[in-house]
Amino acid sequence: MLKLGKPAGWAMAAVAVTAAVALAVPSAMAQRDPAYEAARSAGQIGEQPDGYLGFVTSPTPAVRDMVNDINIKRKAAYTSGAPAGSTVEQFAFVTGCNLIAKTRPGEKYKAPDGRWLTRDSGAPVRDSRCP
Amino acid sequence: MTINENSERRLMIGRRFVVIVMGTAALGGCVQIETPDKPIEINLNINIKQEIVYKLDGDAKKLIEQNSGIF
Repeated sequence: MLKLGKPAGWAMAAVAVTAAVALAVPSAMAQRDPAYEAARSAGQIGEQPDGYLGFVTSPTPAVRDMVNDINIKRKAAYTSGAPAGSTVEQFAFVTGCNLIAKTRPGEKYKAPDGRWLTRDSGAPVRDSRCP
Repeated sequence: MTINENSERRLMIGRRFVVIVMGTAALGGCVQIETPDKPIEINLNINIKQEIVYKLDGDAKKLIEQNSGIF
């Protein structure tokens, strides 16, 4: 059996803790909050071309707080995830293209001209720069 | 002598012009900006090239998958 000195043991423990956190975080964020899901399918909120959520109708304080909170988390995700050579806005925009493409029929999304549209079975109207 | 005086005159005019331009720029810098009351400012005047769009597409898909709670 390999005997590890104290510093090596601590390093091993640190690696184990990091791995555990890395595993735990995605599962904690894995599902949408039921209130978020409900506001989406009710058409109160929708996906915007810039990669953030927007209000289709005047929000209740609870919905407004929830959306602001999600948008702050999105901004943090775009900021930490933007690859070298691209800006946060560019990464958010391309993610927004994907998010609008992923909307389900009945959900709202903002067209490039600023109108809120309801997703149907066809392809959504997206920015011409979307992939 | 005349040539020398002429070039000195030109230099003077040039310097005055620089001072005027800098003064104008300084005045232009005094713009009052109102603080927005909205938490996140959204604008779509982004500059993005098609090659960057395609380069970022895979990363965007991964980001959505790994953070499905907020997307």
